[in-house]
Amino acid sequence: MTFYDEIIKLKDTDYSAVFERVTPAQIAKILAKTELQPQDFLALLSPQAESVLEEMAQAAHRLTLQHFGRTIILYTPLYLANYCVNHCVYCGFNAANNIQRRKLTLAEVALEAKAIAATGLQHLLILTGESREHSPVSYIKECVTILRRYFSSLAIEIYPLSTEEYAELIAAGVDGLTIYQEVYDEKTYRRVHPSGPKRDYRFRLETPERAGQAGIRTINIGALLGLGEWRSEAFLAGMHLAYLQQQFPEIEVSISFPRMRPQFGNYQPEFPVSDRCLVQSIMALRLFLPRAGITISTRESAALRDNLIRLGVTKMSAGSSTTIGGHTDAKDSLGQFEISDKRSVDEVRQSIANLGYKPVLKDWHDLSRGGKKDNETISVS
Amino acid sequence: MDDTLDIGGRQVDSRLFIGTGKFADYNLIPQVIKASQAQVVTVALRRVDFATPAENMLNYLPQNIILMPNTSGARNATEAIRIARIAREAGCGNWVKIEIISDQKYLLPDNFETVKAIEVLAKDGFVVLPYMSPDLMAAKRMAEAGAAAIMPLGAPIGTNRGLKMREMIQILIAEINLPIIVDAGIGRPSEAAEAMELGAAAVLVNTAIATADNPVLMAEAFGQAVAAGRKAYLAGPGAAQRFAAASSPLTGFLRNGESVTP
Repeated sequence: MTFYDEIIKLKDTDYSAVFERVTPAQIAKILAKTELQPQDFLALLSPQAESVLEEMAQAAHRLTLQHFGRTIILYTPLYLANYCVNHCVYCGFNAANNIQRRKLTLAEVALEAKAIAATGLQHLLILTGESREHSPVSYIKECVTILRRYFSSLAIEIYPLSTEEYAELIAAGVDGLTIYQEVYDEKTYRRVHPSGPKRDYRFRLETPERAGQAGIRTINIGALLGLGEWRSEAFLAGMHLAYLQQQFPEIEVSISFPRMRPQFGNYQPEFPVSDRCLVQSIMALRLFLPRAGITISTRESAALRDNLIRLGVTKMSAGSSTTIGGHTDAKDSLGQFEISDKRSVDEVRQSIANLGYKPVLKDWHDLSRGGKKDNETISVS
Repeated sequence: MDDTLDIGGRQVDSRLFIGTGKFADYNLIPQVIKASQAQVVTVALRRVDFATPAENMLNYLPQNIILMPNTSGARNATEAIRIARIAREAGCGNWVKIEIISDQKYLLPDNFETVKAIEVLAKDGFVVLPYMSPDLMAAKRMAEAGAAAIMPLGAPIGTNRGLKMREMIQILIAEINLPIIVDAGIGRPSEAAEAMELGAAAVLVNTAIATADNPVLMAEAFGQAVAAGRKAYLAGPGAAQRFAAASSPLTGFLRNGESVTP
């Protein structure tokens, strides 16, 4: 039993028919509830709920404040390599794209780490394209060994691994996993992933569960908004998160709402998602899963990100580059996609503080740094 | 009146303990401590940024407080023990609030793992204050394992819902020979006062202060409520009655010159 079985059950949902039946009275009732069911979550994603965005915002704000306080956790991505064997039609790193391919040497990894650590950031998200030839697990592990000297938390956003491989990276110092299903509608998934190992929908869908079994601390998932119809995609991503929260209660789960950005290859989203729709997705998710983290990256503009802080967001990237070597020698090279919020880490921190929130640079402590006693075994029954 | 709380060989005058996790600005923390007169402050080691002085919350705490690092983020006894020791090695003293959460949805503490962590840390010289789900048998095990106080939740953490666990906490107060400190769930000063009137030794508050519109003023209100609740407890309030007490009791004759029937 995995989330794939849940997807099968939800496969034939007629979303338009469900949305047509949603009434204002039903929405009002949902907003007064303390615990939402999946059908309530779906109703909040309906066109009908667009008329109560402000009420949803007030409730989302209250819940986020209650559970997370006035804090926003900051992180930044570090791209290790852009070699890729996949042909994702929406991605700048598509194997067919004639772009300069590069992989950081271990010395370069240390230089990038120093440059990022100098901004004060302590949470790092490591990325690669999918290439077991150029970026094998052994290479990622070597990078992790270097990076853990500079950061208190390391998450990976790389190609899907086996449970054993996740266990290996966790032992090396990785504590978080980010993996986007990209699109939950299986037909669309096959269309936008025409070839390469990523074409295996189910293997990707079950990735968070493999990492969970390996003992990862945090999991962040998401759908790339623009590939499929956003209401059903946001719903299925939320259901996926609820499933993970249920199956792995010890894991801190969170969700991203990445909207497609301009990229080399110039793929145009089939279902463009407006600011209003993005906001509705974020708030519906917050009301459905009050304890889940919500991440918003520099794909979004500075102004929008500032406004989203009070609507449920708990984690943001800052000072991002989607380029290999982007923090040191390759500042102007072509990245995976164009970022929108180009502010420095300091500027983002200042902006968050001006909004009455605390930018948090450190929210985990590498437990391998001290605290061990020789010859002591703690019996865990 | 001399009414200090003794924990792990330290005397504490203020019975309001403060949590620091949800404040918008670290500069608020010293003001909150001052306004509330709190002396015990808990800080999550996971958030302590030793690398950056301006980001290191410890640098915002007054010298004279008792620092109680907590093991937030620990999912089991092993991780909690590791975190406690890292904190001590980093100079955070030997107090520790054990917080073991293996359920991120409700954030309820894991009493079983907590007992294991107490056994190891108490032997290792820590003053151990476990955060727990109020359960008498678990509290007894924690006391036996060497806990310096017991910290039951009043309601699920962050909910501001008050003393939902009142009945269970009352039992702990009656049966456990250690200070009972109500940690989590207290949303208003009146609820803090209620916990103190019940006989709690102290209360720990974070969300209710940190997310108030005016955290410093709310901290002051909590300080006063806790002091008032404590005084009421010491004063021994008259028992609340379900019915008005009759001024001429029906059984009064039994006390008037009792005679023995021959």
